[in-house]
Amino acid sequence: MLYAILCYNDEAELAATTKPQGGALLAGRAAIERAFPAEGRLGPVVRLMPTSAAVTVRAGRAPCVLDGPYAETKEQLLGICVIECDTLQAAIDAARGMAGSGGVLEIRPLRALETGRLPTQ
Amino acid sequence: MSDLRWIDTAFAAARPQAMAALLRYFRDLDTAEDAFQEACLRALQRWPKDGPPRDPTAWLILVGRNSALDEARRQSRNEPLPDEDVFADSEDQQTELADRLDSSHYRDDILRLLFICCHPELPATQQIALALRIVSGLTVKEIAHAFLVSEAAMEQRITRAKRLIGKTRVSFETPGAPERVERLGVVAATIYLLFNEGYSASGGDVPVRAPLCDEAIRLARLLVRLFPGEPEILGLTALLLLQHSRTPARVDADGAIVLLEDQDRAQWNREWIDEGLALLDKAARHAQPGPYQLQASIAAAHARAERAADTDWVLIEQHYADLERLQPSPVVKLNRAVATAKARGAEFALPMLELLAEPLDGYFHYHGVKGWLLMQLGRADEARVAFNQAIALAHTAAEATQIRIYLDQLTRKY
Repeated sequence: MLYAILCYNDEAELAATTKPQGGALLAGRAAIERAFPAEGRLGPVVRLMPTSAAVTVRAGRAPCVLDGPYAETKEQLLGICVIECDTLQAAIDAARGMAGSGGVLEIRPLRALETGRLPTQ
Repeated sequence: MSDLRWIDTAFAAARPQAMAALLRYFRDLDTAEDAFQEACLRALQRWPKDGPPRDPTAWLILVGRNSALDEARRQSRNEPLPDEDVFADSEDQQTELADRLDSSHYRDDILRLLFICCHPELPATQQIALALRIVSGLTVKEIAHAFLVSEAAMEQRITRAKRLIGKTRVSFETPGAPERVERLGVVAATIYLLFNEGYSASGGDVPVRAPLCDEAIRLARLLVRLFPGEPEILGLTALLLLQHSRTPARVDADGAIVLLEDQDRAQWNREWIDEGLALLDKAARHAQPGPYQLQASIAAAHARAERAADTDWVLIEQHYADLERLQPSPVVKLNRAVATAKARGAEFALPMLELLAEPLDGYFHYHGVKGWLLMQLGRADEARVAFNQAIALAHTAAEATQIRIYLDQLTRKY
């Protein structure tokens, strides 16, 4: 079974200092890399950029694009896609293409800390 | 004694919003400050025992408000002393207050708080000092240290500034769209000044005062959170992050400023660069370019170049041309001339300086750039004259040193 570990923390607290903010996650990353060395059991480890960099696409007949993160808690996080695009607009276009099935898509730029490699099925 | 740093962090994070809410409630800066102070004291008594409340900001607002009301009642002798339950920091009331604190309500409060500090009659440095005191909660001692003045002098400055704004009437109604845009513009300008005060360090021997830059970025990020769809606020934040990313490489071991083209780019902070580029990209989507976005785009062009020689000067020249259209100041024109020289050659840039001779006659960089262009065109005698004028106008040892290096090059060449 593949598992995703989603890391939550208080962004306002982290942003209260402008020290490199990867710190908290980096410590966790070291632990995960010790436990899951490069043997096809460690997938991507990524650091999301602050929510200030987020854009949200709300699905609908005409998907609507909003600046800022998705703040409601009515829906649950069901999936993650990582794509490579030259511009945010290209990523938004990709999300619009996915928006047919409903729900909300939040786009966050990210820094890849570890691309990792999962077992091929 | 357990580690209480988390409480300080919570106070710092809550401060702008809590102060803004208390100011709206009491409509008086000193009362709001005292109320927040009192709430923090009570938090220091309660939180270590009880643990953090569910919403620390709501707790501080509620307790601050109630204690100030209580204080007012106590001072009026006809009123009986309040019941203990006036300090209503029960979970129910916190929840109710937290529900009312969603962003649409408090963002105008915070903007108003910042705007009040940016009173047009206050000199820029006082606006900055006041914002640092009121919004960021830096102590007078810390601010005095940042501005390299005595604590007493800073105390006096802040008191005077407060007295001035106390006399001004600021609307506590929810601002309309044009008023909001105007306030945002004023506040953004002060945040930019605050950053520059740290980045260019106009006085003293310390070339960079990073805490001021950090604080400016923190406030800019706060504005982005409150007004996520404002491209110029995104642009400002991107600009500050991109410039600050160079800080580790900007000063050499002797404490002298290192020029952009000589900096060790491996030392640039990648995390801030990536965030700055992402914010700029987000701003560009609105297709409403403005001065902050353009300056950020220029900084981004430098950030994208792995080596100084890789810099896309043609793009930078274009950005400066656009910036000049929006902000036709002599300094922007001078910067554009530098970009033109880098992109196309000194012979195209030198004529651009002619109109600047008068407005920038007393400006170090004007004469430095003029000498640099003349030197490239082989006009050594004229270059020497310009460099000597520049040295006479240099503010710092680093500026003078840079010009001496050029003069040495001239002597060796000709």
